[in-house]
Amino acid sequence: MPEFVEEFLVLPNDFVSAGDASRKIKQILKKIGLDANLIRKIAIASYEAEMNMVIHSLGGTVRLSIEDENIIVTCKDRGPGIEDIDKAMEEGFSTASEKARAIGFGAGMGLPNIKNNSDELRIESDKDGTTLNIYFNI
Amino acid sequence: MTKTEYFHSVRLDKDKCKGCTNCIKGCPTEAIRVREGKAKIIDERCIDCGECIRVCPHHAKIAFTDPLESIKDYKYKIALPAPSLYGQFRELEGVEEIVSGLLDLGFDDVFEVAKGADIATKAIKKRLSEKSIRPLISSACPSIVRLIQVRFPELLENIIDINSPMEIAAKKARNDFVKDKNISKDDTGVFFITPCPAKMTAIKNPLGNEKSEVNGAISILEIYGALASEEHEKNEKIGERSFASAFGVGWANTGGEAEALGIDRFLAVDGINNVIKVLEEIENGKLPDLEYLEALSCVGGCVGGPLAFENCYVAKNNIKRLFKKMSERGDERAEQSYSDMDYSETLFDSPLRPTKVLKLDEDLGIAMKMMKELEKIEEDLPGLDCGSCGSPTCKSLAEDIVRGYANELDCIYILKDRLKDLADSVRETKKTD
Repeated sequence: MPEFVEEFLVLPNDFVSAGDASRKIKQILKKIGLDANLIRKIAIASYEAEMNMVIHSLGGTVRLSIEDENIIVTCKDRGPGIEDIDKAMEEGFSTASEKARAIGFGAGMGLPNIKNNSDELRIESDKDGTTLNIYFNI
Repeated sequence: MTKTEYFHSVRLDKDKCKGCTNCIKGCPTEAIRVREGKAKIIDERCIDCGECIRVCPHHAKIAFTDPLESIKDYKYKIALPAPSLYGQFRELEGVEEIVSGLLDLGFDDVFEVAKGADIATKAIKKRLSEKSIRPLISSACPSIVRLIQVRFPELLENIIDINSPMEIAAKKARNDFVKDKNISKDDTGVFFITPCPAKMTAIKNPLGNEKSEVNGAISILEIYGALASEEHEKNEKIGERSFASAFGVGWANTGGEAEALGIDRFLAVDGINNVIKVLEEIENGKLPDLEYLEALSCVGGCVGGPLAFENCYVAKNNIKRLFKKMSERGDERAEQSYSDMDYSETLFDSPLRPTKVLKLDEDLGIAMKMMKELEKIEEDLPGLDCGSCGSPTCKSLAEDIVRGYANELDCIYILKDRLKDLADSVRETKKTD
């Protein structure tokens, strides 16, 4: 039974609001008083996941769920899906657009960074949408 | 360990305060509230950055510093001028004039903090090669160190554990003086000439050390007049002495520390809101190639401190010109005679601890309950962030309510709605009479 749940909208291609969801998640976690290092990992992972949604997806939601033993950040979008998940997990591989690369994204480290900063990462994807479930042990 | 008595240099002059709310909005740690028509500073949240001093239209926010008179408490007095002091004067050929002037004010000796900066430069370079964590963040600005303790505690381990130039200069000044003159340490008072209230606070509440080496801080504003109005001929007490290097003096400007260190991948950021933005990027892992961050609370660097007299851009230029003149004379790099200090003496003797003010409660479960309550209250508030309730934003009012420090009716819009409902219901009952 989750003790605390909150959901945030992420708009596709919106570089003005990009980062708002993970910033709000960070503020909540600081107010709740989690361990500083844990907050840093969640901040990095949720930021990368949110930016992925802005750059690559048709938009969706980021949900923060705090349970007894762990924290789950769930990122769910409406498409177009990840063609090859294994390839996407490779460091340096990126399908980012020209516009995204021009402003410094597309280094291909997003998913690997999320994996490195979390305790478990589960990805489900098809053409109707991608769901990332990122787990952090408290 | 909680401090019940917490010294803050930044204070309120209640008589001048009009309860206007200008200061509550500018505070980077939301440390001010207006209650019962007067501003109130929340001790644990205040980082003494002085933003409220800058913004108060009634000069009700002040910085407490030691008066010049207080040097008389010591038999021997040493002045530690911050290099930003030199920036207050145009057309300086060198720093001898200023050193003379300070001796004329009654000090027995002068030890330039710029020399402390030269020693710190060497120590930081060595520490950079020893520590692998990146980016490393400068420890020179006490306001930024405190900001990190309050808002970015997970970045505390990134702050380089080398003492600030002020502390290094104080230690060396006292040691050299008592050895040279064969007197007791207790008889010697070391005073920092400061552009900055945060440094005053750091003397009473040291960062990274159990105790500060400095005895007091005298505001530049207090002695500016005396130094500017008279011609200070070379005082004989100046004797044969070495002066700080140009790079040491350069620390007074933003970027001076980074230039002295000669690091490739650095950022020099000034202005507390700009620093906050950069720290957030570091927090998000967005600056992986950054080696060193020089972060200063005041725009322009220390020359822009609230207790400096000259406009910070003019002062910045003064420092640049002085740097050029000193470089032309070959005084760029530190002389060997004073830059030898035991490396171990430059390091912090105690680790920096986070200031746990952001947490709603020590208990995770209770904190989450309070968080949910906070969000519910926030939904009922108008979201105008007008400040009339005395809290800087609707979100912070919601937090104050949840913590028990405020009431929903402090919000004048909610109060207005309730009064309107009350008036309507009275009108209804009148109709049926």
